[in-house]
Amino acid sequence: MKIIHEFCDICGTCVAVCPVDAITVTEFKVEIDNEICTNCLNCLKVCPAKAIVECE
Amino acid sequence: MMVKDRYDIVVIGAGPAGSVAARYAAENGASVLMLERDRESGIPVRCAEGVSHNGIAPFIDIDKRWIASQIDIAKLTSPNGESALMHNNGVGYVLERRIFDTALCELAAKHGARLITKANALDLIKENNKITGVKYRYMGKTCEVKCNIVIAADGTESRVGRWAGINTTVALRDIDTCVQYTLAGLDIKRDTCEFYFGNEVSPGGYVWIFPKSDSTANVGIGIAGHLSHEKGPKEYLDEFVARRFPDATITYTMYGGVPTAATLKEIVKDNFMIVGDAARQVNPITGGGIVQGMIAGSIAGKVAAEAVKKGTFDAKFLKKYRKEWDKTLGNTQKVMHNMKEKFLFMTDERFNNLVSFCKKIPSDKFSLKSLFTEAVKGDPKLMLDVAKSFVVSKIKLK
Ligand SMILES: Cc1cc2nc3c(=O)[nH]c(=O)nc-3n(C[C@H](O)[C@H](O)[C@H](O)COP(=O)(O)OP(=O)(O)OC[C@H]3O[C@@H](n4cnc5c(N)ncnc54)[C@H](O)[C@@H]3O)c2cc1C
Ligand code: SF4
Ligand code: SF4
Repeated sequence: MKIIHEFCDICGTCVAVCPVDAITVTEFKVEIDNEICTNCLNCLKVCPAKAIVECE
Repeated sequence: MMVKDRYDIVVIGAGPAGSVAARYAAENGASVLMLERDRESGIPVRCAEGVSHNGIAPFIDIDKRWIASQIDIAKLTSPNGESALMHNNGVGYVLERRIFDTALCELAAKHGARLITKANALDLIKENNKITGVKYRYMGKTCEVKCNIVIAADGTESRVGRWAGINTTVALRDIDTCVQYTLAGLDIKRDTCEFYFGNEVSPGGYVWIFPKSDSTANVGIGIAGHLSHEKGPKEYLDEFVARRFPDATITYTMYGGVPTAATLKEIVKDNFMIVGDAARQVNPITGGGIVQGMIAGSIAGKVAAEAVKKGTFDAKFLKKYRKEWDKTLGNTQKVMHNMKEKFLFMTDERFNNLVSFCKKIPSDKFSLKSLFTEAVKGDPKLMLDVAKSFVVSKIKLK
């Protein structure tokens, strides 16, 4: 999963639905650890800003 | 400001739930440190800012500084455009949360709690599997603070609970994905909150208009997570705004998520408690969580202070918080969650009938109870639960 930082509002919604805690947040940035991510697509589905896309 | 390396209690997150927990813990004799990741509690505002007077009054003296509007009327509009007015749901407010959240922090500080802003909690410190403190990032440094109890109040994200071994993940159907604009240049009634329903308008949720003045309002939408596809909340909201307020100016755009689940199964562990959005203590139908978080925070804060006095920090003792919460709101929340499931599957026709029904009730007699009772008609068990929950606690809109 990849975050388009230009769209991301750092709202944390994706974090709440990630079953494996692959997403971390600071005051300025949200990041996905693709080593942990299981590609379940939950985060992509709920992101209100459509800031998450699948990696090529 | 001096920060010690040991406190009785560390609260992570200084939103309404965290700062009320900190205040009650400090007021009852515990030493308390609050860690807040952002530069200031309450910003960026991720909220429609609606609360009931009765909900917040027990916790803070009402102050004009953080009230934008007083609300006396709720207006519900069905998919076919019919509206019903609700007058007797008690006084409500649209807040200025930026100022409100800070006021709650100040109150906690007045009672002796400490706050560090720009302090991002990174992990819990564990010794022999026991939670003994918090690791956090502050000004480019990784710091440690020791404590006997950690209270997680980190909002929707709820990562801290995971560090303690609690499963805080919410199902897609139990989270509303939201967008909100603050709009200017509107022709609205300042004393009226508006709600729009329907599967074309807002699948599995609703659109709200919460006035902040005669010409400005928070206008937002929440749709159920599993119903958000190509067309997400922003597309729905943009359609609504284009129809209803074609000439408005957007002065603020915000995204967010509201958990609309039941309270987490586990909200205490040895040396650990979890409150507010993080514990999923939100009204699953309205999405209101400010008052819910403050109530949970007050209970948790008091129980934590008691634990400090006794020197007992195990889950067995801290479960007092769970018991008290379930009695106060937790059980009601469960009923509301079952009801929300009903709303998720409601057809537009059913919404139309519901509002038609409500329209026939004189607006001064029309209450949430009459609305909910009608909504669950045909489901005797749920009807009984709803009736019971209204006896146990008077539920306020938001
Ligand atoms: C669009 C939208 C509209 C809403 N409208 C309403 C409404 O009208 N009425 C209502 O009652 N409720 C509403 N809510 C819900 C309400 O905003 C929340 O229920 C409420 O803010 C919850 O309070 P809290 O203290 O639990 O969490 P929050 O207010 O979210 O506070 C959590 C705090 O923890 C901090 N934090 C998180 N992680 C860390 C970390 N690792 N380290 C340090 N700090 C951390 C965050 O920065 C934040 O300040 C709405 C929510 C949304 C998204
Ligand atoms: S849900 Fe979307 S906007 Fe919100 S933090 Fe995650 S990626 Fe960013
Ligand atoms: S795809 Fe699933 S596992 Fe991967 S980051 Fe998103 S929610 Fe987490």
